[in-house]
Amino acid sequence: MNPENYLYLASILFVIGAVGVLVRRNAIVVFMCIELMLNASNLAFVAFARLNGNIDGQVVAFFVMVVAAAEVVIGLAVIVTIFRTRRSASVDDPNLLKL
Amino acid sequence: MNAAAIAQLSEGGEQVISEATGIFGLTWLLIALPLLGAAVLLLGGRRTNGFGPLFATTLVGLAFLLGMVQFVQMVGEPAAGRSFVQSLFTWAPIGDFSVDVGFQLDPLSMAFVLLVTFVGGLVHVYSLGYMADDPDRRRFFGYLNLFVASMLLLVLASNYVLVYVGWEGVGLASYLLIGFWNAKAEYATAAKKAFVMNRVGDIGMSLAIMLMVTTFGTTAFSGVFSGVEEASSGVVLAIGLLLLLAATGKSAQLPLQAWLGDAMAGPTPVSALIHAATMVTAGVYLIVRSNPIFDLSDGARLAVVLVGVLTLLFGAFVGTAKDDIKKALAASTMSQIGYMILAAGLGPAGYAFAIFHLLTHGFFKAGLFLGAGSVMHGMDDEVNMRRYGGLRKAMPLTFITFFVGYLAIIGIPPFAGFFSKDKIIEAALADNVWLGAAAILGAGITAFYMSRVVFMTFFGERRWADDAHPHESPRSMTIPMVLLGIGSVVLGYVLYSGSRIVLWLEPVVGPEEEHELAIPVLAITAIIIAVTLVGVAVAYSMYLRKPVPVQAPLGTVLTRAARQDFYQDAFNESVFMRPGQYLTRFLVFFDNRVVDGFVNGSAALIGGGSARLRRWQTGFVRSYALSMLAGAVLVVGILVLVRL
Repeated sequence: MNPENYLYLASILFVIGAVGVLVRRNAIVVFMCIELMLNASNLAFVAFARLNGNIDGQVVAFFVMVVAAAEVVIGLAVIVTIFRTRRSASVDDPNLLKL
Repeated sequence: MNAAAIAQLSEGGEQVISEATGIFGLTWLLIALPLLGAAVLLLGGRRTNGFGPLFATTLVGLAFLLGMVQFVQMVGEPAAGRSFVQSLFTWAPIGDFSVDVGFQLDPLSMAFVLLVTFVGGLVHVYSLGYMADDPDRRRFFGYLNLFVASMLLLVLASNYVLVYVGWEGVGLASYLLIGFWNAKAEYATAAKKAFVMNRVGDIGMSLAIMLMVTTFGTTAFSGVFSGVEEASSGVVLAIGLLLLLAATGKSAQLPLQAWLGDAMAGPTPVSALIHAATMVTAGVYLIVRSNPIFDLSDGARLAVVLVGVLTLLFGAFVGTAKDDIKKALAASTMSQIGYMILAAGLGPAGYAFAIFHLLTHGFFKAGLFLGAGSVMHGMDDEVNMRRYGGLRKAMPLTFITFFVGYLAIIGIPPFAGFFSKDKIIEAALADNVWLGAAAILGAGITAFYMSRVVFMTFFGERRWADDAHPHESPRSMTIPMVLLGIGSVVLGYVLYSGSRIVLWLEPVVGPEEEHELAIPVLAITAIIIAVTLVGVAVAYSMYLRKPVPVQAPLGTVLTRAARQDFYQDAFNESVFMRPGQYLTRFLVFFDNRVVDGFVNGSAALIGGGSARLRRWQTGFVRSYALSMLAGAVLVVGILVLVRL
């Protein structure tokens, strides 16, 4: 199978994720879309590692996973806190910092 | 230094200045005494209400006694050794340049010390009676003492900076005293006017001092006068003209004369002391003191002469039209100081006579003013001479002293003014026939307006208001008048006989220059007396033979102009005040609109800009995400394009 197809798949997943971030209001779904984008880039990294015949891309993919894990920990905590205080998980509602 | 050494040193006519010792070492006390009085009265507050006035008077009396002792001591010294300097401390040492607080007591300052403390003392005594009912008289006496101290500082200082201190001090005292009854708005305005016009003159003084510092590196009399001989003629001329400007301000000479008439708003003793006898003569003192400067510059002397002769005629003309007794006397003061300035401008031929006339004028004009004050005191502060008339029976003592002063000022022999004015006219004639003619004309007009004052006040029928009860003033007021009257009688002859005043001042102003006269002195004297008598006769026919109308008649164009001081106020207003106001208004406009507009505008620009920028912060997380995505796409796009 042509490894370039993995790249096409990664692009499609990334665009889906990006559109999801832009159009969805629910913070949890937005969060999942971000995860989707991160994993799309992971897929691209791994595909490039295969294409280029070295493991640099695979190493970076691990780093991205670590970052994603940390992000989930903090991001979920933030979302849960906001939900507790404001009874809503919509990303459009928390605009108190706006002047 | 012993007498023989001084005699030896002074062979060439040089003046020897020695360190002040003995009684002369107490010169500082002359100033300190009235200054102490001013401090106690002005800082002591209401506690000093009771003893204050008498305390102030005593201090000036003590200063006079000290001056008298010094005078007697000075007379005992050889003529060339009568100058003493005393340096108290260095006031402002700046590198090579330094200003000392030091005093110079010489025949010229001695004459002023005696005049200021004697007339000042008498005016203090007079004020005890005149101001007896004023609730604020403590403040009045405090100011008077401040004036005496400043005036003494002015005449005793040994450098120009210290002269300037005294110069400003008398200006301040004059301001405070003109506006003493400052509850009346017009009096306060008169005070302000006097102060502002004086300041214009003072600028001349400060510029002259700056010029001295840059040219000679010192402001001490000795340094300036020895350095002036090597200075370029342009600098000497400039210093001379600047000093003249200072003198015109303080001495109410053209073109800065306009304040003196309004200065009569002050209490009458103030008019007598400050605006007749002493402060206004400070300009004459300044010019005579700076004689080495004026000796070297014909141009400066010419300017001085012109100022003097113009003012003496101007003041005389104005004096003929005034109905306010104090303003008539003020115009006369202006005119008489014009004589002194004229004499001072004649150079070595006239310095001594300028001081001579200054001294006699100090006596008779102070006497006249105190007489006018006494009349006002008896007439419920009425100043309009058209409401007087026939007062000689109601106030005999005032009349006699006033009449003596009158004879002195118009120059009837043997009264004081005769000797002093005659000598000035002679010197003017010897210098230039036209100058002499103008001075003689001035003498005639003086006789006219002073006769007018005397006739309208003391002779003729009574024109008093119905509720007026003229009465003689208390003794504290009449005694000073009598003393000044005696001075007006004898002082002229005493100083004139044997050329006493000329010889006395010779160490300071140099020997009198002999002048050639085309016609004998006796003939000149006869002409002057004849012109004077003509003036008296004209006044007699106008104001004594005919009844004086209570309402002032409209008069000719000239009379109306003279009543308005020849429209000098209108002139000053339209030429200096209005353009000045327009300038300040323009500057305010410029400041408000252009400068503030620039500053406020840039602030508004930044504020408005940031308000627009703020709109970008919508608070919608998804719009931020969109802009981040757009930015990322942009960056990637650019990278791709560049790579291609």
